[in-house]
Amino acid sequence: MRFPFPPILIYALRRLLQAVPVVILIMIGTFLLLKLAPGDTVDALVGDMGGADADFIARLRAEYGLDQPVWVQLWRYMTKLATFDFGWSFVYEQPVSTVLMDRLGTTLLLMATSLSIAFTVGTALGAIAARRAYSATDNLISVLGLVFYATPSFFLSLMMMLLFSVKLGWLPVGGIKTIAGFYTGWDHVIDVAKHLIMPTAALSLIYLSFYLRLMRASVLEVADLDYVRTARAKGAGEMRLMIHHIMRNALLPVVTLLGLQFSTVLGGSVVVETIFTLPGLGQLAYQAVVQRDMNTLMGIIFLCALIVVVVNFLTDLLYARLDSRIELA
Amino acid sequence: MTSLDTDLSPAEPPRLVVFWRRYRRNRAALLGLAIFVLVVLMALTAGIVDPDDPLRRAGVPLTPPFTDWSTPLGTDQLGRDVLSGVFYGARISLLIGVVATLVAIAIGVVIGALAGYFGGWVDDVLMRVTEAFQTIPNFVLLLTLVAILGSKIEWITLAIGIVSWTAPARMVRAEFMSLRGREFVDAARNLGVSNTAIIFKEILPNALPPIVVYASVIMALSILLESALAFLALGDPNYASWGNMIGQGRAVLRSAPYCAVIPGIAIVLTVLSFSLLGEGLNDALNPRQKKQ
Repeated sequence: MRFPFPPILIYALRRLLQAVPVVILIMIGTFLLLKLAPGDTVDALVGDMGGADADFIARLRAEYGLDQPVWVQLWRYMTKLATFDFGWSFVYEQPVSTVLMDRLGTTLLLMATSLSIAFTVGTALGAIAARRAYSATDNLISVLGLVFYATPSFFLSLMMMLLFSVKLGWLPVGGIKTIAGFYTGWDHVIDVAKHLIMPTAALSLIYLSFYLRLMRASVLEVADLDYVRTARAKGAGEMRLMIHHIMRNALLPVVTLLGLQFSTVLGGSVVVETIFTLPGLGQLAYQAVVQRDMNTLMGIIFLCALIVVVVNFLTDLLYARLDSRIELA
Repeated sequence: MTSLDTDLSPAEPPRLVVFWRRYRRNRAALLGLAIFVLVVLMALTAGIVDPDDPLRRAGVPLTPPFTDWSTPLGTDQLGRDVLSGVFYGARISLLIGVVATLVAIAIGVVIGALAGYFGGWVDDVLMRVTEAFQTIPNFVLLLTLVAILGSKIEWITLAIGIVSWTAPARMVRAEFMSLRGREFVDAARNLGVSNTAIIFKEILPNALPPIVVYASVIMALSILLESALAFLALGDPNYASWGNMIGQGRAVLRSAPYCAVIPGIAIVLTVLSFSLLGEGLNDALNPRQKKQ
């Protein structure tokens, strides 16, 4: 029987269905973490009010369903999460979802710039290193990759601040825009871009080194395959060989890594956003830990997990598009 | 007993010699080994270099390096000796690195072995759990665990292990899936060897080499995670840590950048040495792999 849908849609649907149990497990996980954390919603609420009598506390517990069996609480918690209701933040005096949405844009912007730079520069350097394997260029690129990999993002951030902000005075030390600038239009874009240069560099260099090393190994492997030799025998120039024949296949493992690493990059944004005082999810996570705002922290975990699931889904689709050998249906 | 010993002992040295011969072919790996030995020596001699608490006031605050021989690398804004901080920091970094790696590999081996050996629904369930852990950004999960468990060094180490086991679990699973159908496993099964014994005595030793190589990566990542926590002032405040020194040095970045630069170089060199060690181990343990 023939499906009326194109195979890519069926493939996409199947990948989405596979993500469902993972999301459910994460919901259960955040619930368990909330239960493990000292104090519950009512403790936070009572602390916020400055204390209350035992009778009132018991009534509040009943109202929030905290006197119910754990299974009932878990079910309620999951149905709430499914509608993006993450509860109330007692630090920000706002629903957690509102706080999160305020911060999401900055983090996504930082992710997008860092990953694009890490991916493009990393694969390009890796391809160059592989084409000149074991030459001085290759050695230089490989050593750079190792050093980038070994440098923690916070140390790199401080060193960049020291050079570009303190000594040279070229770049602002933090924030997403000049506070009293009130720029509009292109001035605003340029202002934000200036604020993002150092955080992007700090976040992307370590991942750039991952892509570089993987791409180098991958190009070396693909360049030995028979079809490349055939193409060369037919008279394809080195440039054409690289772009049309080698790159497309060599990129496959790098694309997989892009999806796998996304959650690590999101984690890395905690440190970078905190250092550069960028108002994103990472900085919020750090503040939530310091202020013990568990509802916000769980909201961040769940939202980040959803973003990772979506990004993995997109990289799967990209992978299927790049590698026509993958069976879609 | 004695006859057994004499039977086995001649076989031992050549293996080590072969290992070393393969390892030293990689010059970068030798450099890595040298730096690693240096860091281990620093950790071991920390108590001799400075028998007192490294967090005490040792001299005039913000003495620059190479000016006062009682504090050769200078002091920070609280008068703490940077040199002894670097030595004691090596101790904490290595300790947390080793223990967290062992925790991560232990969890990873058990989960990966069960999933790869049994397959079927066991594999499905364990792999969904692994994916769930991989989906949550590991540093955010680490922060959450530290917020819940507290900042004591034991809990931090455990938490780092808990956020790092997914990659070894996947590797062990892949190895087990390819090994479980081999003849020697069938033979053991036909002899009536139990599942536990097959997993740990038959398959696991054969699955170990890639995991040993990967241990160096986990170790490097653990050290980076710990230093990032300490940098954010969420580490154990009772121990000198490189990350914490950099975090404190941030306040005096303008006037005394050496407070942050010196421990930063220590982290870079240590992590670099683990990467190089890993490459050398890979050449020595998986000689057939990637020979250009």
